[in-house]
Amino acid sequence: MTRRSVVRRGTVLLWVARHALAIALALMFLGPLVFIALTALMSDRQALTSDLWPHTWNWGNFAEIFEKAPLLTWIRNTLLYSVLATAFMLVSSIPVAYALARFRFRGRRLAFLLVITTMMLPPQVVAVPIYLIWARFHLTGTLWPLILPMLLGDAFSIFLLRQFLVTIPREYSDAAKVDGCGEFRTLVRVILPMARPAIAAVALFQFFYCWNDYYGPLLYAGTDLDSWTLSLGLAAFRSVHRVQWNLTMAATLLAMAPVIIVFFFAQKVFIEGVKLTGVK
Amino acid sequence: MAGTALSRPNPLSRGNLRALLYLSPWLAGFAIFFVYPLVSTVYFSFQRYDLFTLEPVGLLNWEYFLKDQAAWTAIRNTLWLVVVMVPLRVLFGLGVAQLVTRLKAGAGVYRTIFYLPALVPLVAGTLGFVFLLNPGTGPVQAILSAVGLPAPDWFGDPAWSKWGLTLLGLWSVGDLMVIFMAALLDVPKQLYEAAAIDGANGWRQFTSITLPVIRPVLMFALVTGVIQTLQYFTQAEVAARVASGATDSAGSVFTPGYPDQSTLTFPQWLFQQGFRDYAMGYACVLALMLFAVAMVFTLILLRQFRGLGEEDV
Repeated sequence: MTRRSVVRRGTVLLWVARHALAIALALMFLGPLVFIALTALMSDRQALTSDLWPHTWNWGNFAEIFEKAPLLTWIRNTLLYSVLATAFMLVSSIPVAYALARFRFRGRRLAFLLVITTMMLPPQVVAVPIYLIWARFHLTGTLWPLILPMLLGDAFSIFLLRQFLVTIPREYSDAAKVDGCGEFRTLVRVILPMARPAIAAVALFQFFYCWNDYYGPLLYAGTDLDSWTLSLGLAAFRSVHRVQWNLTMAATLLAMAPVIIVFFFAQKVFIEGVKLTGVK
Repeated sequence: MAGTALSRPNPLSRGNLRALLYLSPWLAGFAIFFVYPLVSTVYFSFQRYDLFTLEPVGLLNWEYFLKDQAAWTAIRNTLWLVVVMVPLRVLFGLGVAQLVTRLKAGAGVYRTIFYLPALVPLVAGTLGFVFLLNPGTGPVQAILSAVGLPAPDWFGDPAWSKWGLTLLGLWSVGDLMVIFMAALLDVPKQLYEAAAIDGANGWRQFTSITLPVIRPVLMFALVTGVIQTLQYFTQAEVAARVASGATDSAGSVFTPGYPDQSTLTFPQWLFQQGFRDYAMGYACVLALMLFAVAMVFTLILLRQFRGLGEEDV
């Protein structure tokens, strides 16, 4: 056997090994999702057995969960929280990120370091006094304490937008200024269209952060089922409504569905956004 | 721009005022939702407060902390997650990223599949995992016993519950994978070619080229991982709630940590004290402890960003 064919054979073996490993990993990553979907379609009696394939396909489970719990109300609350928080965040955070990326001013470095600090510190650190502020305004028991602060900027979004905005060459905004655009018009007319991928990424991250949020609603939504979100309802689904696993998994699937669907359409936005969060 | 550069010494220059205007939403937010609450937390840590009566108690809350067994259990559990789960996630994420960057065919499809679980809502993912690992119904037990391994009662056994949470953490490693993939693709190809000519094998190439180049990214992942784990709440809370089968109808109270306080994390205990037992003064002591530890790691992170904020000026 020549040396060359040994090398060749080695690469083929390596290729096979890599793909075998990748397929095994893919099964492990997808397995839980497939299992949730299959259980969601089982009868409640089968869900208690270790049989994996549904004996009968109970599509009615998806209708039944809406009768067992106020799911529509929870979905509406979750949408209200996610949409408003995202809109408020964009309006307040874009100018801040722009100023941090582009303006020269005293304390610019300090401001950026403080943004990172507030982004990193656990929300539980300042939870008690903030809760007391909202209690004073009689807004505990609602989701407003989670929505309204977004009018004052979100550290993570500011950080991520700033990381993107510094990569836009200065020549573009300089050219706009030569054409007589003021700073604000330059931002709206020139920078924002160029920053569309980053804006899409922070909007999606914010939307799904709210959609998935459990800690915030647990703290503020209170005990009234009508002000709950989907995450909150889902966590209590099995215990409060004493339902079987099949229905719990059907509700679980319902909570995941929007995220997974949007991901398949906007995959690139997500991936590019995650890359921006890493330090270079 | 040249104008603003010239007038730099003047704090009230047009450039500074304009920056102030653009920054004003965040500055207000920083004052109302960070500075004020932080000062206030220190104040409340010397008070007894249950939403109705406020009473100064000196160092009582701080003394209680030293005797609070559950707080120390929560600290131990959180430390376990920091020491075991965070490095495992980084190693696994790096391994998966290495694999995907080397696949020539189908890399995009694999990346999509591996990233997907990172997007699954925490509550939904946790519910799925508790059921998946549940002996009797989940397939994991069947697979383990098929290959002759003992199948633990993951979320029902104090010795295994944190490992169950670790598995959940490894499953949602996708965000780390994406960050590592970007870093790995940034390593100059010529370095590997030169090393291959010098006869360096795969492992040598990894330790002497890949690791040094991606070291800052690895550090970043470790430090942010630690800070995220210091706020570990949802997965532990939901797993305990579902596995214990607690019926939290009105009147009965859910206690986190099932089984046997093995999943009780520090933020959960803080939440329990402040917002379920309304010992808000004591919760502020716990909050300041969390602040101190998180701040240490945040400062490490800020050192990495030291150069940032200066470029492109």
